[in-house]
Amino acid sequence: MTLEWIGDAILLLVVLPVVVYLLRGVLNAANSIVPSAQQIASAATAGSKDLDATALLLTTQGQVQKTIEVAADYGGSLDVILDDA
Amino acid sequence: MIIAVLLIVLAVVYYLVSTIVALQRITNALDEAITGVVGIIEKSAPVDEVVTSINANLDAGVDLLEGLLVKKAGVVDAVGLVDGLYPGAGAQGFRNIPDSQGVDAPRISEVYTKGTLTLARLGREAPIATANPAGPVLRDPAYGSRAARLLYPEVRQEKPSNLARSPVIGTDAPEQYERREDIGKPRKRMPVRD
Repeated sequence: MTLEWIGDAILLLVVLPVVVYLLRGVLNAANSIVPSAQQIASAATAGSKDLDATALLLTTQGQVQKTIEVAADYGGSLDVILDDA
Repeated sequence: MIIAVLLIVLAVVYYLVSTIVALQRITNALDEAITGVVGIIEKSAPVDEVVTSINANLDAGVDLLEGLLVKKAGVVDAVGLVDGLYPGAGAQGFRNIPDSQGVDAPRISEVYTKGTLTLARLGREAPIATANPAGPVLRDPAYGSRAARLLYPEVRQEKPSNLARSPVIGTDAPEQYERREDIGKPRKRMPVRD
């Protein structure tokens, strides 16, 4: 009977605090990850939204090509009407 | 004994459930992050190709304009033109013409306003800028148009009033000339030598 009481005391005074301490550490670590993960998620969403304008690059590409073509046409005309140095 | 075990189990259950909830929140946030990252990857995939194409076109434009400028104005005047429009840029020279980096740029912008140089180039007679960058300009920037007029015969450009008047012709002309008889007739033949 005495040994049983000693065992209970050890369980309550030693094992339980150790278990609680360890599990609380795991819980704190998991909780500290949550805001970081949420920040990463919001940053990724914002970054993805910022890249919505990349579709306009296709318009820019076409405009640049047209501009260079017009410049080439003007250059060809200037090459004809102006003497070389 | 039973109470102690029960307390331990309760503590384990409480903390494990809390940990599971926290891990689920982490999983949800990471799923959201993965969705955003996938969106970034998908949207940025064609960027490299498009930007490369834009750069290639712009490079071709630069090559075209630089080549045309050098071909028409010569390396020295071309560098002077660029330096006049963008002070200091002449020192960098042209990308495809390595010799243009060491050119002593003439002070074209100090002599010509925009457009004047084009007209001078079209006319070809006009002297460009300075013979020597350290020397005086060939054309007076304050009286550029007069300098241009000096390139042509003096009387017509400077004193048009001194030009001889055009003759008055017609039946009412103050001075009448006799009509030549041989006009309209066969040409006179020179006598044949014996």
